[in-house]
Amino acid sequence: MKESRTNNIIVTLITTTNLLVAFIISGIVIWSLGEDPWFALKTMLYGAFGYEEGLGYTLYYTTNFIFTGLAFAVCFHCGLFNIGAEGQAYIGGMAVGLICLWFENWPLLLVFPLAVVVSIIFGGLWGAIPGYLKGRHGSHEVVTTIMFNFIASVVMVYLLSHVLRPPEKMSPESRVFAEKVWIPQMHEIFDWFGIIITQTPLNGTFFFALVCLFLVWRFIWYTRWGYELRTVGTSESAAIYAGINVSRNIVIAMTIGGGLSGFVGINEIMGSSHRIMLNFQEGIGFTGIAVSLIGRNHPLGILLASLLFGILYQGGAELSFEVQSIDRHMVVLIQGLVILFAGALENLFRPQIENIVKHFLPKINVTKLF
Amino acid sequence: MSNLAIELEKINKNFGKICANKDVSLKVKAGTIHGIIGENGAGKSTLMSVLYGFYQADSGEINIHGKQTLIRSAYDAISAGIGMVHQHFMLVDNFSVLENIILGTESGFSLTESLDRSSKELSYIEKEYHLEVDINATINTLPVGLQQRVEILKALYRGAEILILDEPTGVLTPQEADHLFRILSELRDQGKTVIFITHKLREIMAITDNVSVMRGGKMVAHRQTSETNKEDLAELMVGRKVILRIDKEPAKPGEVILKVENINLVDDSYVQRVKDVNFEVHSGEILGIAGVSGNGQSELMDLITGIRPLQNGRIHINKKIITNDMNVDSAVMRKLGIGHVPEDRQRRGLVTEFSANENVILGYHKDPSYNRFLEMDKVAIVKSCEKNMKHFDVRPDNPFLKVSLFSGGNQQKLVLAREIARDPKLLVVGQPTRGVDIGAIEFIHRQIIDMRDAGKAVLLVSVELDEILSLSDRILVMFEGQIMGEILANNASEREIGLLMAGIKKEAL
Repeated sequence: MKESRTNNIIVTLITTTNLLVAFIISGIVIWSLGEDPWFALKTMLYGAFGYEEGLGYTLYYTTNFIFTGLAFAVCFHCGLFNIGAEGQAYIGGMAVGLICLWFENWPLLLVFPLAVVVSIIFGGLWGAIPGYLKGRHGSHEVVTTIMFNFIASVVMVYLLSHVLRPPEKMSPESRVFAEKVWIPQMHEIFDWFGIIITQTPLNGTFFFALVCLFLVWRFIWYTRWGYELRTVGTSESAAIYAGINVSRNIVIAMTIGGGLSGFVGINEIMGSSHRIMLNFQEGIGFTGIAVSLIGRNHPLGILLASLLFGILYQGGAELSFEVQSIDRHMVVLIQGLVILFAGALENLFRPQIENIVKHFLPKINVTKLF
Repeated sequence: MSNLAIELEKINKNFGKICANKDVSLKVKAGTIHGIIGENGAGKSTLMSVLYGFYQADSGEINIHGKQTLIRSAYDAISAGIGMVHQHFMLVDNFSVLENIILGTESGFSLTESLDRSSKELSYIEKEYHLEVDINATINTLPVGLQQRVEILKALYRGAEILILDEPTGVLTPQEADHLFRILSELRDQGKTVIFITHKLREIMAITDNVSVMRGGKMVAHRQTSETNKEDLAELMVGRKVILRIDKEPAKPGEVILKVENINLVDDSYVQRVKDVNFEVHSGEILGIAGVSGNGQSELMDLITGIRPLQNGRIHINKKIITNDMNVDSAVMRKLGIGHVPEDRQRRGLVTEFSANENVILGYHKDPSYNRFLEMDKVAIVKSCEKNMKHFDVRPDNPFLKVSLFSGGNQQKLVLAREIARDPKLLVVGQPTRGVDIGAIEFIHRQIIDMRDAGKAVLLVSVELDEILSLSDRILVMFEGQIMGEILANNASEREIGLLMAGIKKEAL
């Protein structure tokens, strides 16, 4: 118990240090552009939290990242590197949109569960095929999921420009579906309780994302299916020894991952744009990888990391709007630095931090001798 | 004092808060074979790693041939005339012997030039020490014994005066081990110094001139081999009296529990690993399978426990017949009453990244007693882990500790406890005491015999001949996938088994 607590402290410190370093370097870059980094930071935080609209947008982005972060994490626990959330979100989202178009006269209470199910089926299928190819034929999931991202993209361009686009429209998108099946926006939900807040794209899907966080947490660590998944991901040979079907678990993990990615469509299409658009998922799937890695593939960490990226997205937009010499690309640079230090160079400061922690903590009871 | 090849003084090495070597001092006379014996985790390997430059000591002095030497890397060690033969050979499998030996020492622009020069030098070394190997042979075509010889040649070629051998006999047949001992004596007679690390008392007695015993990171005793004995050394190693022989009643075999009929296995690279194997195991007996590691024993266990699918033949288990078209997996075999303690507990028997309680359910995670409707019953799981830990005296008895933090012996106890707790009809045990300390070995052997006495069938696979001889009631010897012969344990001789292990049948003698 003690040992795992120490470990938690170390991990938390490492992540914080990495983020700090990323921000300090970003600050240096901003300073070298002749701007005041302290002002930039304040602008970003103000943009993300300072007023209702900013906060709304931050949480709206957060919702997306929770879904794709979880999508990556579930697969990661099964030993898979799912970088196909982008395509899975695209296809799953399309299915959500189709349901809304077809059943727009049904009550939301029926359409929402239906949308969840088809998103799992379609997004899940988009993940399950690479999963099957991996489990059965050993094709590497990184290669196949990237390919499936491209396939999804081409399929969507075709569908949106040839099939779903109403004839009178010029842009490749579907028609707007009836208001009955829109997910209530946050200002409407607050309005039910008599609280007036500013209108933002933030909608009820945010709560659904929180539910997903909870369910994934229980699933991974408290059910026998989660146990099988983690065993396959941690030691395939032990899984075979235990009689756990490795390829089946790979397909299951990829299906769940695909399904979770598909929920991006619920937030984006059902909750915000109310029509199927081109590239509505752009970048969200890939950011999910960073979110999950920074959040150590744990739902709580994913929640915090999603929030961080929500802040970066929304605060970054504010920053490029406010400060002349900082444009959109600067924000991408900051995000890149965060991913570099907290994701790729994760263990850069580990030895030093471990030494410090072990120096200050009372003697740790480790029983293994060398 | 100049006749000391190595003098270590007060070596300390800590890993974080763990003390691997504490004030270790060691004197090795030049031109002798010096044994270092100790249980797993006693600090032998750490000490040798310090000497060979893999680690640097936190404090202490290393003197080589009377000269204080700073060893910061393997390169420094080699320059100081130290050579090491690792437990797992460091050879490039698809290179020739010659290429392997000169690896890292080649000079000049053209490789052929160095190869020519080295082959002359090598043939000289080979003659001098009677270490004949075909230098043009590819490593993977050579038997393990010869591969080891290549490792020794490699060290000598680099000018080693002091040779460290880390558990060198683990992969050898008794005959090959004897041959190695002759080579080592030869080296000693030529003035080389040999440090021989092992946990086998028999080898210490057979080959060394002096012996040092390590326990818990400390050097506890130095003895002249001629003035000590096995019991004395065992007691020093463990710190208390140890019974080396196992007392057991004669077996009372009952009905047939496992019957294997004509099974074969051809692996993915089309090599026949198991060839026409037939045998029976009765309830109340221990059938031992001896053989040099890599002769099909592992694959045979995989077939019986359902890890690999059956390709042909039949397995009768507990009155059920399994054939190749049934596509059984290990879950099915487990349900039919097989308990399996696998050879490689860290890769198979345990998920070392998981906690102890999560490992208690490995293979049994679908069992109703561990599950509620949706979620698992963590309380029941932890309880059953605590029970196992208590019965098998696992230390520390903390069900939440990560398994990788337990010692080898305690890890093995966790596996054994899990498999025995389910009351199997047949217990398949592979290398039950590999990497396990003496204290735990006693306990594990006792458990296996108790299983037998409780009327269970036990199939024991081990490369430790002593273990096979002291536990089994009947012994089968495997060589290149075939059963070479069956021997009753009470009239088995090590020589006879050794010959069968080398593939020489009785009729040929």
